[in-house]
Amino acid sequence: MSLTDLDKKIIREIQKDLPITPRPYLDIAEKLGIPEEDLQRKIQEFIDNGYIRRFGATLRHRRVGINANAMAVWVVPDKDVERVGKTMASFKEVTHCYERHMIPEWNGNLFTMIHAKTKEGCLKIVKRISEKTGIKDYKLLFSTEEFKKTSMEYF
Amino acid sequence: MDRLDRDILNRIQSKFPISSRPFKVLGEELNISEDNMIERVKQLIHKGYIRRLGASFDSKKLGFTSTLCAARVPPEKIQDFVKVLHSYQGITHNYKREHEYNVWFTFIGESKEEIIYSLADISKKTAIKDILNLPAKKIFKVNVEFET
Repeated sequence: MSLTDLDKKIIREIQKDLPITPRPYLDIAEKLGIPEEDLQRKIQEFIDNGYIRRFGATLRHRRVGINANAMAVWVVPDKDVERVGKTMASFKEVTHCYERHMIPEWNGNLFTMIHAKTKEGCLKIVKRISEKTGIKDYKLLFSTEEFKKTSMEYF
Repeated sequence: MDRLDRDILNRIQSKFPISSRPFKVLGEELNISEDNMIERVKQLIHKGYIRRLGASFDSKKLGFTSTLCAARVPPEKIQDFVKVLHSYQGITHNYKREHEYNVWFTFIGESKEEIIYSLADISKKTAIKDILNLPAKKIFKVNVEFET
């Protein structure tokens, strides 16, 4: 699917906050000059084809008590990446799990973001992941300051 | 935050109703009125529990590319470095981390080349030479929903 100008206009609107009104879709549709049903159909289509990964609220996790955030970088042999990646992804405390290209300046190819209430909680989860996957070679990078956290503005 | 607020947060992190009156639908699910639901959500935004309410897109599907970058920055230069980084719209997340590579940021751009060009530009502007570019090979999971 290639995106039409109207698609892009719709994306520009729905990547912002929905109006907190009784008829938010009607409000946006009127702004775009299209019928409300067309907007709703388009949003559903974007969800069905995976263009929209998630439609809803993004929380400030520190505000809801999830205070610690660690990035664990694991050194995983290529042949084990598939199995280990899936196992790591199955932990509910793991919010992100990516395999990244190896470069000479950096040792580690599987990256997991781990969120927990405390630093100790993160450490426990990392230990459990290590035990379950058998990967012993890893480093743990706790975040000490959030400089920026926003959502991308496309188009 | 009371139990109802928590239930609302747990409910609306995904699958927000696309019906004409979404807050009425949510209210029916959680046994409160539409007006009450609207008021609660407004308060949750106002009090800072909700950062955003809308669509999160898959950047790749929209034709964009993303990467994770790490920089080794002397402590006294961090503030200036971060300021330059934040002049780039595609840098959406940026954290200080406990490591010799101490600044970690995500970068979304229209192409790999654009990102490589921007990183070179950042190096030039800040005199920070040591910036790693670690694009993803495979995504196993992205799920930023939290049970409250």
